[in-house]
Amino acid sequence: MHFFLQQVVNGLTTGSLYALIALGYSMVYGVLKLLNFAHGDLYMLGAFVGYFVLQWFGGADGLSIPVPLVLLFMFTAAAFSMGGLGMAIERFAYRPLRDAPRIAPLITALGVSFFLENAVLWLFGAQTRIYNTPEFISFKTGIHIGAFSIDIVRIMVIVLSLALMFALREIVNRTTLGKSMRAVAIDREAAEMLGINVDRTIALTFFLGSALAGIAGVMAGLVFNQVYNLIGFVAGLKAFTAAVVGGIGSLPGAVLGGLLIGLAESFAAGYISSTYQNLIVFGVLIVVMLVRPSGLLGHAKIEKV
Amino acid sequence: MAPIGVDEWVARQGERAEELPGWRGDAARFFARVGWWPKLAVIGLLGALFPVLSPNDFQLQVGINALLLAMLALGLNISVGWAGLLDLGYIAFYGFGAYGFALLSSQQLHSPDGIHLQAWQSIPMVLIAAAILGLLVGLPSRRLIGDYLAIVTLFFGEVWLEFTTNVATDKLGGPNGIPSIDPIKGFGQQILTLKGYYYFLLVAILVVIASLHLLDQSRTGRAWRAVREDPLAANMMTIPVNRLKLMAFSFGAVVAALAGTIFAASQGGVFPTDFDTPFLILIYAGLILGGSGSIAGAVLGGLVVSVTLEFLRNPTEAGYLFYGMIILTLVARTRPWVKLAGIVVGTVAFGYAAHAIVGAVSSAATAGSPHSGGWVGDLLGNWVIVPANPKNFGNICFVILICALIALVQMKRSTLRTVLLIPVIYLAACVWESRLAVEPSITRQILIGAILIVMMNWRPQGLLGRRRVEVV
Repeated sequence: MHFFLQQVVNGLTTGSLYALIALGYSMVYGVLKLLNFAHGDLYMLGAFVGYFVLQWFGGADGLSIPVPLVLLFMFTAAAFSMGGLGMAIERFAYRPLRDAPRIAPLITALGVSFFLENAVLWLFGAQTRIYNTPEFISFKTGIHIGAFSIDIVRIMVIVLSLALMFALREIVNRTTLGKSMRAVAIDREAAEMLGINVDRTIALTFFLGSALAGIAGVMAGLVFNQVYNLIGFVAGLKAFTAAVVGGIGSLPGAVLGGLLIGLAESFAAGYISSTYQNLIVFGVLIVVMLVRPSGLLGHAKIEKV
Repeated sequence: MAPIGVDEWVARQGERAEELPGWRGDAARFFARVGWWPKLAVIGLLGALFPVLSPNDFQLQVGINALLLAMLALGLNISVGWAGLLDLGYIAFYGFGAYGFALLSSQQLHSPDGIHLQAWQSIPMVLIAAAILGLLVGLPSRRLIGDYLAIVTLFFGEVWLEFTTNVATDKLGGPNGIPSIDPIKGFGQQILTLKGYYYFLLVAILVVIASLHLLDQSRTGRAWRAVREDPLAANMMTIPVNRLKLMAFSFGAVVAALAGTIFAASQGGVFPTDFDTPFLILIYAGLILGGSGSIAGAVLGGLVVSVTLEFLRNPTEAGYLFYGMIILTLVARTRPWVKLAGIVVGTVAFGYAAHAIVGAVSSAATAGSPHSGGWVGDLLGNWVIVPANPKNFGNICFVILICALIALVQMKRSTLRTVLLIPVIYLAACVWESRLAVEPSITRQILIGAILIVMMNWRPQGLLGRRRVEVV
């Protein structure tokens, strides 16, 4: 039984990371109908930013300021730098292509992703960076019942993700920005005619989505400890599928999809084999996409002419 | 973007009016009048001349790789360029061809003897299997469009990679791949030399080009373009949209698998990592650079990307390429000549001035030597700033350079742009000498990514493609 619970906790942890990335994917897809392949790489860069902030304050084993403060700085730095980078990418790579055939921005997104991955390899080298979380956040703190345990990092990841998702929901549902985001997602031209600043809305959407990816990157660094230039690709792929499984464009769907993917992955690894983990997840995803491409919470789109 | 509400003939009025005058126009018109098979024959002859120049094995291998990439770009062009289906699992067909050929001509299956088929048996078998696989992978395209299709095919590519790495490792060799594959053999003959493979590949690619050209001109080719422009309208015109999509996948798979078989035979071994995503992006870069939708573009793009990236392996040759490209771009894009001369003189003067000033402030800042060897390196010795420890300097300059380039592109005022071009070129040279030329393998990848972004924004039709006219 405790093995099962352990898998659930692991699944929820990775699942909430996927959900955070998937939210960004889904938001960007909603307003721009663009599959932003570079999104996964923002997550990777966020993890790097968190690592460098950690080093700035003395590294895992010699922190000069209290731990919560370091974590706060790591998350803020990653969120704002990635948000800015996401806005810059939108401005220079995607905005000129807004009215181009659909295939053009997709290929550009592939190029941006490839460029970022290799620029990071080039700037920071191929070696894996280690957060070394146990040095400053003890795994012993947390909930322990018999053989079953949740450490404090996982609790923090899950709670913080939930808080962020809730905040995002409030932004989308309550604020003017959220209103214009929804309007742009439904019909960009009509939104523009009604006086909504479409450029600004799209840029801010990119900022929000990329900031979430950056935060997810720092969390991934804390949980998995290892950061290198290719962690973004597979995570981005799975997060995108999470967004699709939940129904792309739907934010609750992205969260649900992310958690489901995380659980599926952790059960596949726990009960079948970790070698086949990715194979199983990808296989399941292909089937889901074929059977119900509109996703669990999405609406089937009727193409009108 | 064409004016809305006009047909294509009217929309292209401007282009026709701008047709080149003088000898260049005459040459272009003459070239347009020549039929397709004389052109193909000339290209074939040029290709056949290359081994006669007695290149060494390395150069022959570069030639083979370039032809392989061109062939892969041709196959990708069918689904991406003609049918407008973004296929991101294309690399798996290439891998399928290579693994299929490897299994049919090595010790892997049916121990202890293995299977050793003749090439005229194994290659058609692999191609037929690839066609069926293409149909299966294409099936989702009946329901999914655009991004969904892209992601499903991307997963297919990833599944293929995972499959060859992790599943049935005793048969497929896992990460170690399949070693000692037979060469291409049949009718008592064997191809054992690189030159032989080069010629075999050349003949194969000529056949592929000819058949693709005929296909392009056929009903099917026209129907594909109709599907690409508007599936719904095509459907209304009784074009069988689903069947055409499946065909596009299938044909592309066959071409990729053919390239795979030749690759496996010429290498003598296959590994899962030969068929990973970076290589897929390389194929895309070739196709996009040349011009998606155009056969000549796909071939040219494949060749150019492949050969260019080979040059980047050697810092000195890479240096020629880098400075050559800068000068060529300047000459081609700057008018009038006075401005060009101003930029060149300005850049040279700026460089010497910057070098002298920085050298006077701190001698360590200019202590390093440029990474380009040969006369380029000697020439640049007192011009570029390369500090004793170039790594951090290069990294910072790289980030600044990217920002500066983006700012330059966005700038509206042309005089300011010209003035700012000088420090940017100089900065690029500094980054190149201190950092980019040092790690050519990563520089290659960065350039591939940059090609995709820049081409899509600046010239989405590629070098040889025709601009698509949106008729609403």
